[in-house]
Order: sequence, then C-alpha cells, then structure tokens
Amino acid sequence: MTPHMLTRSLDRGATIFLAVVVACGILIPLSNLLLPAGSFLQVPTYLVALWGKYVCYAILALSIDLIWGYCGILSLGHGAFFALGGYAMGMYLMRQIGSRGVYGNPILPDFMVFLNYSKLPWYWYGFDMFWFAALMVLVVPGLLAFCFGWLAFRSRVTGVYLSIITQAMTYALLLAFFRNDFGFGGNNGMTDFKDILGFNVQAEGTRAALFALSCLALIAGFLICRAIVSSKLGKVLIAVRDAESRTRFLGYRVESYKLFVFTVSACMAGVAGALYVPQVGIINPSEFAPGNSIEAVIWVAVGGRGTLVGAALGAVVVNYAKTFFTSGMLAPYWLFMLGAMFILVTLLLPKGIVGTFNAWWDSSKERRLAEKTTSAAAEDGVTEPKMAEEAQ
Amino acid sequence: MPANLSARLCSLLLSLFLIAFALPAFAGPFEDAVAKFANDDYSDTEEAIGVVASSGNTLAFPIISALQDGRLMADPDSKKVYVTGADGKSIDAATGQAVASVPDSASAVRLNNRLRRSVDAAIGSLTLQSPDIGARLQAAQSVFKSHEETSLEAVDGALAKETNRSVKAALGDARAAILLFKPDATEVEKLEAVATIKARGDQEAMALLTGMGDQPASVTKAAASAIGSIQSSLAVWSMVQNAWYGLSLGSVLLLAAIGLAITFGVMGVINMAHGEMVMIGAYTTFVVQEVIRTRYPGLFDYSLLIAVPLAFLVAGALGVVIERSIIRFLYGRPLETLLATWGLSLVLQQAVRTMFGPTNREVGNPSWMSGAFELGQITITYNRLWILVFTLAVFVILLAMLRYTALGLEMRAVTQNRRMAASMGIATSRVDALTFGLGSGIAGIAGVALSQIDNVSPNLGQSYIIDSFMVVVFGGVGNLWGTLVGAFTLGIANKFLEPVAGAVLGKIAILVLIILFIQKRPRGLFALKGRAVEA
Repeated sequence: MTPHMLTRSLDRGATIFLAVVVACGILIPLSNLLLPAGSFLQVPTYLVALWGKYVCYAILALSIDLIWGYCGILSLGHGAFFALGGYAMGMYLMRQIGSRGVYGNPILPDFMVFLNYSKLPWYWYGFDMFWFAALMVLVVPGLLAFCFGWLAFRSRVTGVYLSIITQAMTYALLLAFFRNDFGFGGNNGMTDFKDILGFNVQAEGTRAALFALSCLALIAGFLICRAIVSSKLGKVLIAVRDAESRTRFLGYRVESYKLFVFTVSACMAGVAGALYVPQVGIINPSEFAPGNSIEAVIWVAVGGRGTLVGAALGAVVVNYAKTFFTSGMLAPYWLFMLGAMFILVTLLLPKGIVGTFNAWWDSSKERRLAEKTTSAAAEDGVTEPKMAEEAQ
Repeated sequence: MPANLSARLCSLLLSLFLIAFALPAFAGPFEDAVAKFANDDYSDTEEAIGVVASSGNTLAFPIISALQDGRLMADPDSKKVYVTGADGKSIDAATGQAVASVPDSASAVRLNNRLRRSVDAAIGSLTLQSPDIGARLQAAQSVFKSHEETSLEAVDGALAKETNRSVKAALGDARAAILLFKPDATEVEKLEAVATIKARGDQEAMALLTGMGDQPASVTKAAASAIGSIQSSLAVWSMVQNAWYGLSLGSVLLLAAIGLAITFGVMGVINMAHGEMVMIGAYTTFVVQEVIRTRYPGLFDYSLLIAVPLAFLVAGALGVVIERSIIRFLYGRPLETLLATWGLSLVLQQAVRTMFGPTNREVGNPSWMSGAFELGQITITYNRLWILVFTLAVFVILLAMLRYTALGLEMRAVTQNRRMAASMGIATSRVDALTFGLGSGIAGIAGVALSQIDNVSPNLGQSYIIDSFMVVVFGGVGNLWGTLVGAFTLGIANKFLEPVAGAVLGKIAILVLIILFIQKRPRGLFALKGRAVEA
C-alpha cells in the first residue's frame, strides 16, 4: 500500500483530525519536557498520562466503530480484547520488576510468591522479552476474536444474539481473571511496575514518549481503518451492514469478511490496552466488566457511528466529561448523565456529533449550491428548478 | 449456646431457692462427693463428677455446668463448694442455699482435657432428662458423637422414659454408638448396634463405623458392608441435593428471565434495564415492610402478599412509561434499543442509590418463609421452596393469560406476524406498551421473591441480567416453555458442575457451553419456525 493510496481518500475531516493528533503528539510531550514546571504553557505530567489514557480509549473506540459502524457487528465484549492486550503488556512489565519486588524473587512476580507458586506457569514464559509480549498483545486478542468469530459468524449468529454472547464472553473472562489460581494476579491484578524497555515507567520522559507513541498508534489505527473502509472490501462490509442476506445472495462470503474485520478490530483493541497499562500503572480484572465494554460503545455512538473521526472524538469527549464530573461535587450525578447520554444520543442524535455535523454541512452546501444555480438561472431569465436537483 | 445455657441456669437457680427450703439438709453421698471438688485433685474431681451426675439431685446440672464454665468455686480450707451464677449471686453447692459472698480463699475448680470430656458426657446425660424436647434431642445427639461408656446408664434410663419418637430414635442411635465402642459389649449387641447405625445412614454414622477400631471379625465385616451401603445411599442423596439446589437456582433464573422472555419474544426488544425492574420490585418490598414495621407490626407476615401486587403495579407502570417515552421510537433498531435501555438501567440504579443509599437494605423473611425441614439426608429451606412454588404459579398464570385472554391472543398474533396482526385490526402499539408493562411487572414480582434470598442493593439487578439473557437465548425466543426448560437446565447443570469444578469455574463452563450451543442453534432450544430470511 503506497502512501499515495492512503492519503488519496483523505477528506477534510480526516485531514483536520490527523493534523490535530500529530500536533498533540508532538506539542504536548515537548511542552511537558522542555518548558519549566509551573509555566503557563507547560502541560503537567499527570495531564500527559490522563490524555494518554484518552488516546488509548480513542483507539479502542476506533476498533469498535470499524465493526459496528461499518459492518453492523455490535460487540459488547470489546473490553475483553482491550484487557487481554493490557494483561499481555502487564505480564511483560511484571517480569521487568525482577528482584525489586517486595519479596525480591528474581523470577516470580510478588503475587505468585504470595500465593505459594513454586515456579513460573508455562504461559508466563517468554514475557520477559519485549518483542514476545508485543507479539502477544496482537496474537492473544486476535486469536480469541478469530476463534469466537469463526464459530459465531459461520453459524450466522447476528444482531442482538451476537451482542449477548460477546457480553457473556467478557463476563466469563471477568470471572476467570478474578480467580487467584488462574495465574494472573486474581482480583488485585498487576501493578507496581518499574521499567519498560529499561526506562522507568514513572519518569516524565517515559510518560511523554508513551503519549507520543499512543498518538502514533492512533494515527496508524485510523489510517488502517480508513484504508479498510474505503477499499472495495469496505464497500462489501457496508453492504453486509445494510443487507446481510442480500450480500450473501450476491455471492459474497459474508462470514469471511466479518471474521477478517472482527479480528483486525480485536488486535487494535489489544494494542490500545497494551498502551493503556503502562500509562495508568495497573491492570486488573475489572477491565473485563461488561459495563466497560458497553460504555466504550457509547463513545462511538456519541461521536458518530460510521465516522472514524467521530469514534475517536467521542471517546475523548465522553471521557473528558467523565473525568470532569466524577472528580468534583457532581460525582453522584455522573451516572445520571452517562445514562441520559445513552438514551438521548440513541433517540435524538442517532448519527452522533460528527455524523450530524456532516449531514448539516452537506445539506447547507447543497442549499448554497442550489441558491447559486437558481440565481444564475434567474439572471439568464430562465427558471429551471430541475437544474438544482441535477446539481446535487 | 452459652446464653441459652445461662438462661436455663438462671431459671434453675430460681427454682432451687424454693427446693432448698423443702429439702432437709443432711450429709449423704451427694454432699460427700461435692466436698471432693475442694480437694483440688483431678482423680477426686472425676469421681465427684460421676457421683453428682448420677445422683439425680436437682443441683447436679447447675454444679456440672458451673464446673464446665469455670464458675464452680471451691474453698480448700472449709471444704465448701459454691456455684456462682452469671448474675453474681452464689449458692452453696451442697445444700443449694444462697450465700452472701464466696470467701476470697475459694478458687475455681480446675479441669484438664480428660476431665473436660467427662464433664461434657455428664452434661449430656443430665440433659437427656430435660423437659424440653429440643434439649433432649441435642443431648442424645451429643452422646452419639461422644459415645462415652459412662453415659450408657443415663441413655438406658432416658430411653425407658422417652415418649417422643425422634428423640427415642436419637437415643437408640446413641446407645448403639456407645455399645459399639464398649470393649465388653457382646458380639450380638455390637452387630445390632451396627445395624442401627447403618439405618441412620448419614455422614456421622459413616465416620463412626470407619473409626471404631479393633472389633470381632463378624462385626468388622458387618460394618464394612454397612459403610458400603451408607456410601451408596449418601451418593444418591447428594445427587438429590444437587438436583434440589439446581431446581432452586433454576426457579430463580426462571423468575428473573420470564419477563425478559416476554419483552424479547414478543417485541424483539432487548431490555437491558430488566434487572433494574427486578431491583425496583425488591425495593417495593422493602418500602412495604418499612411501613408495616412502623405502623402495623402485626401485619408483617402478610408483607409479601401486599408487596407482590404492588411491585407488579409499580414496575409495570414504569415499564409502560418507558415503552411510551423511549422504546417505541426505537422499533426496528434493536442494537440502539439495547444501548438506550442500558443507559436507562444506569439512571434507575443511580436514582435508587440516591433515594435509598448505596448499602444493602434489610428485607425480612416472614415467619412462614424462615426455617427449614429435613427430607431424608437433605435440608430444604422454606424460602427456597416457596420461591419454587411461586415461580411455577407465575409461570402457569402467565401461560394461561397468553392462552385464554384477549390480550394474550393479541400478543401471540403480534409475535407471530406483526404486520399481519396490524392488518387484522390489532392495535400493535397498544399491545407493545401492555406487553412491555407485563414483562416489567413480572420482573417486579420477581424482585419481591428475590428480596428474600438476596441482598437488596442498587446492584441487585445487575447480577441477574446476564444470567437471564443466557436463559432466554438458550431457551429460544418467543416460547415460554423454552424459557422454563432453559432456566431449569442451566440451574441444574450449574449445580451439578459446582461440586466437580467449583462455583466460579462451573459458571464459566456454563457460559462457554452456551456460547458453543448458540453456534449450533442460533435461535435457541425452542426456536419459532418461520420462513423469513432474517428472523
């Protein structure tokens, strides 16, 4: 895929979005590191970490929009892929602690010493190497999504049925990861990370770099999604979304398309989770909670289902609102707001912020075009309303 | 138990004051034995325990139980022994007369482990004659467990006088247990004892037979065969128990899912706020009980009967409002409905949290729902039993409603073919509103039942929503029988997996099995047959 192909399909919204993300990815870390602390333009480190979290959520939202907005698959279990990516990264970070843990065991993480493990479980092998962990960030969610999707799409489980069993999937994983003997830290999860690739995770420089990396991942994810949805494959996906049976009758193997896009989406969610963990410093089973996955869906709905920019924007806007409202005296009202957001967006703003804006922009453009044509026609002394219609 | 014991002791003490005047005080074997407690010698104490326990004196029980609790004070100088009560009053152990104070030189009679055993046995045999049936039964059972040889006489005595059937059986078991461990019992006696214990057939009987030590060959053989038969009967009973737990869980699942089956089956609406309707039903029960507690305490046993129709109305009315204000705008967009109702569930949860607080609220069991009874080797609690009965009643009523009423007919028509039903003049939007109200109302009465076995908190609904969906999806949409079969299958499967895999792993296994099952039958066990491409 040449860069030309990638940029060819960029419209104005996408260009603005990419420009903003690139600017944030460069300016925020620079301002944090170079400007003196306390200066007006300096972004404090805690904000860098907070915005880094939002960017990870934006990647998750993109992955959901890819399947929901363009293929009609509403997954209520995408938080599971996010959390699995996060756990893969968490396992790497745990191994990096080495003998600096409370119990000082060079091999076993603290919680294993505490739970009387005598040796490392086999599925922890290899996680001391970054490349392996990075591979697992993609492979584990991808493989789960592939198996799950292969079973579900082949037997034509669609619509709300699929939503419910994805929810059951993440719920089952939630229960499993809560168990101490599952080998992933039980309900405490993993925390107290020290190093990533030899850099201290708490250090300002590392945090700034992680933020920049997250922005880079967001851009990459956006371009990949963009490439998928604007290709011929993307057209088929939209056809599946709008009329699955008809697409099947036209000779397309619907389940293969769905499986492909579901797996890609799960890998993206895994990457988002992997970037999320070092920035927030903890991963625990509550990330698997079904409520989290549904909340992620509402980001997409608020921003605009079926618009990639909207998904990312929705994630940032909703989470900014969440931080704003849950940290103040308005905290008891946040759930009212979130709930109302679910209801009002689905009732009144089905296209989301960006979708509604696009529709308004298009119609006003048409109106201006129509006015121009009619006035031109009036100057000619001929009234031809049909021309306005053709101009559309 | 100690509270019970001291209460009993107090009443005994009271009667002792009366008796003390009636009985002439003279030095006999009882008084001599009591005096031995003051010798501070373990073998003397043991002797004293034996004599006092078998004396038949009314003071025997207070003395021995005081000894057990360390309240028996002995003065080595005057050889006088005192029983101090929990209330600080003291009596002379030999005469039962009240004394003003225990001398400072007196100290508690000491015990060692061996003595403690004989004290326990003595208490056991003393209570064997208690006027309270429950106390006698408990005493007989404790003798069965301790099977001290010294209790044999007491047991025989009690057995001769006993009239209550279950106490008699327990005494018989106790006697058999003693004989089994008595070295000089005859072989015939021992064989009889094995047979008696085999008939008892529970875990304790098995423990007794396994740990009985050296015995004549014939007894060992009989015991081995008894153990075998007890084991197989216990296995059967544990199956029965699992099945009962499964039925009980299934009834809870059915109750939670049945409303969902209606809304999903008829309207194709996934109502994520269904769990919150259950929660609202539970809170309605709480409010009803609060009102009853403060205003009409006598009506408490009827609180659930009042709460059931009220919860149905509250949740049902709320359901109709929700349908009219939100859901009707989203027909044909099932995924959006799912999100909107999820949002609604958050709002409802938070509203309840604001009104009633985030902590658990206390909902009491009426007297007819508390307690339990024994059926063979399993214990059945009344609340679980009533919930099963209640669930089946709701199911039958609902089935009859769908089958025989005009609304039921219209609902079935809309389920089978919405457009055709509309063309036949059925006001489908009215049916939708009523159906949603009905489904929500049933969730409300499910809440009344669940308030009896679960914590009433704002999160109550959340813990049922995924399970209810599993039941509906597994059973198949649009068919109440499917929901019934689905609920009981999942309940029983869960409880049979639990002992094998543990509670959490069992649950995970069930979820995975359902996910796999859906692949095989994407429309559930009992799918509606139709010719549409997109169901």
